[in-house]
Amino acid sequence: MEIALPDMVFYLFASVTVASGVLVISARNPVHSVLWLILAFFSAAGLFVLMGAEFLAMLLVVVYVGAVAVLFLFVVMMLDINFTELRQGMLQHLPLGGLVGFILLGELVALTLAWNFGEDVAKNAASPTPTDAGITNTEALGQLLYTDYIFIFQTAGLILLVAMIGAIVLTLRDRPGVRRQNIGQQVNRKPQEAFDLVDVETGKGVSLPTKKG
Amino acid sequence: MAVGLGHYLTVAAILFVFGVFGIFLNRKNVIIILMSVELMLLAVNINLVAFSTHLGDMTGQVLAMFVLTVAAAEAAIGLAILVVYFRSRGSIAVEDINQMKG
Repeated sequence: MEIALPDMVFYLFASVTVASGVLVISARNPVHSVLWLILAFFSAAGLFVLMGAEFLAMLLVVVYVGAVAVLFLFVVMMLDINFTELRQGMLQHLPLGGLVGFILLGELVALTLAWNFGEDVAKNAASPTPTDAGITNTEALGQLLYTDYIFIFQTAGLILLVAMIGAIVLTLRDRPGVRRQNIGQQVNRKPQEAFDLVDVETGKGVSLPTKKG
Repeated sequence: MAVGLGHYLTVAAILFVFGVFGIFLNRKNVIIILMSVELMLLAVNINLVAFSTHLGDMTGQVLAMFVLTVAAAEAAIGLAILVVYFRSRGSIAVEDINQMKG
């Protein structure tokens, strides 16, 4: 049987995606899990390119591999966690998880087999893909995003802002006992409270007053 | 058999099921659970893009972008909560995480 090159590339990317998906949930070491997740994102980006959605493929690589997966990696390495303890009783959940997984897969397969497109689905496209040869996927997406979907686009930006502020507020902490420079306090100091002039009599010592504060 | 819409949907379905399976399998480890959620959202994105390119409708790709945004925000907040939880309890076991409620 002859298999065309794009089909072979599809099977390559699809099998790598699924295999690394399996390894994400089954790897012993969470650091390995994150690395498999990165591989899954990369090969999914390959699938996106094959489908003709280049911009989303690049976005997947930049946002997911560059930001989200690295964030996971930081957290996994930063927290000192006993992972072997967390893995105990893992096999105990295997039957239930397997059952739910099989039922879900069966339902999805049944749905795919029993379903087909309506007659004029393609005609009812909300925003048809431009067919001119000169317009790239990125350009088409931009033309749509900054016109019809501008408010949703702004909302997405707001969501990211809220997430950023939320993450900072959650993780910021004031540690007691840390000596920080307080510039206001330094500038407000007056010479009178900074030093005393004491006349020392000959032959006698001087007892220094202890400063408060 | 030429690769068509059905093939991509199959990949997405398998990936989604593995995401669900991963949540059941790693019930104690929140980090892996978050990663499983990311896998499921990736499967959803593959579905959206597959339908979008098959039907010639760009809206699916716009929606996939927003799913990506929400997934990134969710990962950031989830991991921040995880870090705070770890600081206060010294562990990330999900089983006693219901102590977080007021």
